Amino acid sequence: MSRSGSSHQAGENVPLLDGLHEQYSVHLDTFDGPMDLLLHLIKKNELDIYDISIAVITRQYLDYIKLMKDLNLEVAGEFLVMAATLLHIKSRQLLPLDDPEDAEDEEADPRAELVRRLLEYQQYKDAGTLFGARALLGREVFTRAVTEPFLAAAQNEEGPLEVSLFELVDAFRLLLARIPAETFHDVAPGDSLSIADCINEILALLQEKETIQFDDLVSDELTRERVIVTFLALLELCRLKLIRVFQGEQHGSIWFVPAVAPNLAEV
Amino acid sequence: MLSELSAIIESLVFTAESALSTDRICDLLTEYSREEIRSALAELEEYHQLRNGGFELAAVAGGWQFRTRPVFQPFVTRQIKAKSSKFSQSSLETLAIIAYRQPITRAEIEHLRGVDCGGVLKSLLEKRLVRILGKKDIPGRPLIYGTTKEFLEIFGLKDLKSLPTLKEIQALDEAPQYERQDELPLGQELLIPVESDLPFE
Repeated sequence: MSRSGSSHQAGENVPLLDGLHEQYSVHLDTFDGPMDLLLHLIKKNELDIYDISIAVITRQYLDYIKLMKDLNLEVAGEFLVMAATLLHIKSRQLLPLDDPEDAEDEEADPRAELVRRLLEYQQYKDAGTLFGARALLGREVFTRAVTEPFLAAAQNEEGPLEVSLFELVDAFRLLLARIPAETFHDVAPGDSLSIADCINEILALLQEKETIQFDDLVSDELTRERVIVTFLALLELCRLKLIRVFQGEQHGSIWFVPAVAPNLAEV
Repeated sequence: MLSELSAIIESLVFTAESALSTDRICDLLTEYSREEIRSALAELEEYHQLRNGGFELAAVAGGWQFRTRPVFQPFVTRQIKAKSSKFSQSSLETLAIIAYRQPITRAEIEHLRGVDCGGVLKSLLEKRLVRILGKKDIPGRPLIYGTTKEFLEIFGLKDLKSLPTLKEIQALDEAPQYERQDELPLGQELLIPVESDLPFE
């Protein structure tokens, strides 16, 4: 629908498009999706956001999509969805209402939903700009630098940093990458490892030792199956709040300690 | 002159590894009551504001930390390399949506922004500005996201409540309201242009 719409527009507005070429080329990469583009068009045409001329906006919007295609830019699906929405609104404006009483209803304006979304988007866009203008730590604002040996000593005293699930998954991915690719297909082994067994194994290990390293858990049997089962077992233990997960340093090894009190487990 | 307690607290904040919370200070100084510590902190904060020195006592991420004043950035960076933490408009937008609307799912963010946010979200997760809070109890069990302590530290926010309200942001966009400027916890450089407008009133 929008494809035929845009090519139709192009036939009509070739000179206009030439002008657009120069005007828009600077801004091209600054548009963060269809909402951003619509807001720009509204501002550029000095339209009242509550009373947008859908015809004007739609025409310029489609011109822009056409331009993106001309420049061999990939037109993201979201832009086409918005184009369809605009055309839908325009067609609803053209059609007479079934029930005249609906006309008094505020929601009867087909533009209402779009305006609400645009205003909301504008709010967050402004908030984002405000965030970016703040004095950021490490960019405008600095704290007292702690020398490396100091930092290391302090970290050792304070204990390891807690890690997020995200880093746990990362460690797991790294580990999986280390496993050599299997060169043969083997039949499913009879004594396959269950997660429950693995959980018991880890718990038993944790009773002997205070801490375990993720690498240690799988070091004696580095197979894909073993790593995956161990990982699932650890996730389950986290969920049951039986262990706590730590990381010594950024990108360092991940450690596990038994949770002393159930409410202490945070991961 | 600083009171003795304020000076003690100053020494604690000075030697602290990261922002030192009031609770932690109370734990460390058991011989003083919480009220005494609170008023000493207020005194210390005022002292550093009036001192007009190279650094100030900032309330960030639920704690206290000495930070250089933003105006001295050009000089400080001659010695310390500034992190090139440049945020794109899209990542700032996404961060703002998450900050104000957390806990929020990816689909909700994408509905608000009208674009796919997978890449932006991933880089925010990697920068540890955003974290996965858990899963939402709706069909599909989508992940829900929220901001981290690092977000508060980097953006110099005391807590999430100290974010400017969306209404205040809108007000900034419209007619500036001078009476309310003091309440906005904005960076100084944002206030300067507004203040320079004053003579035209």
